[in-house]
Amino acid sequence: MEAHAHHKETFITKYIFSQDHKMIAKQFLVTGMIMGIIGVGMSLLFRLQLAWPDKEWLILEALLGKWGTDGIMDPNIYLALVTIHGTIMVFFVLTAGLSGTFSNLLIPLQIGARDMASGFINMLSYWFFFASSVVMVSSLFVESGPAAAGWTVYPPLSALPQAMPGSGMGMTLWLVSMSLFIVSSLLGALNYIVTVLNLRTKGMSMTRLPLTIWAFFVTAILGVLSFPVLFSAALLLIFDRSFGTSFYLSDILVAGELLSNQGGSPILYQHLFWFLGHPEVYIILLPALGISSEVISTNARKPIFGYRAMVGSIMAIAFLSFIVWGHHMFVTGMNPFLGSVFTFTTLLIAIPSAVKAFNYITTLWKGNLRLTPAMLFSIGLVSTFITGGLTGLILGDSALDINVHDTYFVVAHFHIVMGLSAIFGLFAGVYHWFPKMYGRRMNKNLGYVHFWVTFIAAYGVFFPMHFLGMAGLPRRYYTNTAFPMFDDLADINVLISYFAIAGGIAQVVFIWNFFYSAVRGKKSTANPWKSNTLEWTTPVEHIHGNWPGEIPEVHRWPYDYSKPGMEEDFVPQTVPMTEKEMETGH
Amino acid sequence: METLLIIVVAILGALAIGQAVRVFELSSAIKGSDDDVNVTDKDNRTQGLLLLLFLFLFFGAFAWMVIEWDSVTLPVAASLHGLEIDNLWAISMGVIVVAFLITQPLLFGFSYLFRGNKKRKAVYMEHNNKLELFWTGVPAVVLAGLILYGLTTWSGVMNPTNEQEPLVVEVYAKQFGWQARYAGGDNKLGYANVRLVEGVNTLGVDADDINSLDDVITNELHLPKDRPVLFKFRSQDVIHSAFLPHFRVQMNCVPGSKTQFQFIPNKTTAEMRNEPEVVEKVKTINEIRAAKGEDPWEFDYVLMCNKICGSAHYNMQMKVVVDTQEEFDKWMKEQKSFAELL
Ligand code: HEM
Ligand SMILES: [Cu+2]
Ligand SMILES: [Cu+2]
Repeated sequence: MEAHAHHKETFITKYIFSQDHKMIAKQFLVTGMIMGIIGVGMSLLFRLQLAWPDKEWLILEALLGKWGTDGIMDPNIYLALVTIHGTIMVFFVLTAGLSGTFSNLLIPLQIGARDMASGFINMLSYWFFFASSVVMVSSLFVESGPAAAGWTVYPPLSALPQAMPGSGMGMTLWLVSMSLFIVSSLLGALNYIVTVLNLRTKGMSMTRLPLTIWAFFVTAILGVLSFPVLFSAALLLIFDRSFGTSFYLSDILVAGELLSNQGGSPILYQHLFWFLGHPEVYIILLPALGISSEVISTNARKPIFGYRAMVGSIMAIAFLSFIVWGHHMFVTGMNPFLGSVFTFTTLLIAIPSAVKAFNYITTLWKGNLRLTPAMLFSIGLVSTFITGGLTGLILGDSALDINVHDTYFVVAHFHIVMGLSAIFGLFAGVYHWFPKMYGRRMNKNLGYVHFWVTFIAAYGVFFPMHFLGMAGLPRRYYTNTAFPMFDDLADINVLISYFAIAGGIAQVVFIWNFFYSAVRGKKSTANPWKSNTLEWTTPVEHIHGNWPGEIPEVHRWPYDYSKPGMEEDFVPQTVPMTEKEMETGH
Repeated sequence: METLLIIVVAILGALAIGQAVRVFELSSAIKGSDDDVNVTDKDNRTQGLLLLLFLFLFFGAFAWMVIEWDSVTLPVAASLHGLEIDNLWAISMGVIVVAFLITQPLLFGFSYLFRGNKKRKAVYMEHNNKLELFWTGVPAVVLAGLILYGLTTWSGVMNPTNEQEPLVVEVYAKQFGWQARYAGGDNKLGYANVRLVEGVNTLGVDADDINSLDDVITNELHLPKDRPVLFKFRSQDVIHSAFLPHFRVQMNCVPGSKTQFQFIPNKTTAEMRNEPEVVEKVKTINEIRAAKGEDPWEFDYVLMCNKICGSAHYNMQMKVVVDTQEEFDKWMKEQKSFAELL
């Protein structure tokens, strides 16, 4: 591989058009954080609306202008905020922000490579993502408002500008942005796959890969197989919107206008969308699970329990995730038999998921837990993964989904299992690898404060939503006041919004800690967590090519923590097997 | 006024955090005793204890919510299949609550019990096939049960068998309202298509189809008790979803195609109003409404839209009334047929 070492670098090639995976990782992280601030900020705005629907909020007028006249939010802009919030959180923060950051940072470092297979493609991947972010954010400023048909943008609503203002220019920009995003994801994912397959250092067999790498690797495969399908869905939608085709449209009379489209099916779009959409939730989740495997094992000072079962369940989950998409469509009028098949496959996913949960818990058993902020977030992740996963058993069951489909029960479920787990994984990763990224440490106590407020607020926001759903409250409602039967939910909505505000404020602590520590934090040593994996054998100062001399050779798996007979409670992968180990075989 | 208060609180909160940040910074600078890995035994003790405390807080809050908010959840189902679904719901919920109550204490309990200390060493344990087989097997068996039960219920709901001929009703959705069309004396709906919508013929019913003439178009949905109703759903513009939470019914209305759902309502509106759960709920809600100076509310079934469909999605509703057969017949007589409407 090209050890394109030590040529002179300018500011531009080092910080902007960098081809170094470590710098690209940081670019993804910071861009993701900025998008995260926008996405979370939006959720706070619509939480104000949901909790206090008749109150006039000066802040709404200030931020939303003509859409918040007199401090009252416009119903269309409510839907737009929900839509862009969902889009940003799912794709920009938890797909690009999470995978982009940690796959880039860790794949070369943990497998022992000097960089990604193609630094140039990697750079392109970031810049497509950046362009996509810019387009998405700029759609907030168009005259008719941003896309507002929900993050799933189902046609015909999303296809017809007559149906809602957000389906005009805003929707066009949404589609452009997502197309750029898909290109970025594909470029990134192809690079990750090739790198993991081809650039592992000597001795780094697939069965010696840290679980982080397994997770990133399988995630990349999922992305390569599913994003093109979303692309085709988007492409057909673009055709229907702009070129008069009828892929998704038939027999429509909207805003007094009879359309000529005939023969299309809006349900086709849903099949295409969810063929990506379901794997997408694992594209979000698996990297977080991989990160927490590494963080939990390192800080429990114990091997991750059941390494092979963990790899097996990642693969099983990934495989199953391609044959369950129909569980989002039980009430579209699909053939009931097909519904049964999707119920069956969906509930099967619970098995590998349960295996993972139990393996995490057993890893803690008789460990010597170092409760760092990263470790706390990983424990939080296991908790939310279990809580949210369990309600999946309800939603995956077609007969029960009739009750709660598209209600707040679903909002509770997916935020807990996917949103919170993945965000916690992201935070765990940032706290854990911050020393690798910036050569410094984040402030531990601020980390603790951040964790506790975030963790409690997160459950405080989303757990009560189960009850709203069981009261029959539909999601994507601008206000619940049109139905007296929901009047007794008002207090719950207020409570949720208080927790949301508290959770939002806690992120200020994190952001402050992040940027302050990046410049002023305490200097880190090379291996601050006494970890086994290869990234901690590189020097604290980043260099192009990662290792100053030869790339180290790997002699063992990454989880030899507290191994009997060893002096220290960790044995880095670069330490050759002792004779005794050779004899016993491990 | 309250806005101002909240803004003040927010600013104070921000200031407080700012101060806390400074204090932490200073105190950790003074201590300066962080060892290499940056966590001390004391940290482990504190955080371990907090995790344990969290478990109690979490379960306490869970119990509180279950008790306190039981009354906000939907009352007993008002349809036959709804009762089946509610049973399945109760059993599935039971299973997941048990799993929740077992796993969370293990997680937080272990986090507390095995909090680190410099003198101890963790136990080296890579895997244990028996244990892993056990916790793959147990969920698999439980799931097999849930799947079987779920699928039986589902096929019962979706492929109903009845002795009685179902009443055929079309439910028509558009931005932002509903209409119903009864099949009339012949119990056959006439052909309809959005292309035929014109003037009073808001549903695009084909006047040349003889089945159309006795159809009855209404703005309220009345259903006779104990008779199967076969709903045919249509939409004029975008996807809507007919959600009848009290009957445990939900089905999308898709432009360009027809969907359907059949069920048997088994409680009249009057009966439902007398259900103790409903009486209680109405009372609570009316107290809340009185405090806000709003008119009292009487329970009614309702059809709401449950698929995002535009600006007034949140208010796309139709009143639903379940009558006795006699009441239903009487109401039906008062309605105009499609022929009369034209
Ligand atoms: C402060 C944190 C958050 C709050 C308070 C919040 C709140 C909400 C609420 C109340 C809704 C539903 C609104 C409605 O249906 O009318 C919603 C939608 C959504 N949220 Fe969040 N959320 C937060 C964080 C996240 C995160 C971390 C994710 C990442 C997965 C996420 C993804 C979504 C998605 C995908 C939707 C659906 C959007 C749609 O309906 O089109 N949110 N959020
Ligand atoms: Cu799914
Ligand atoms: Cu609607």
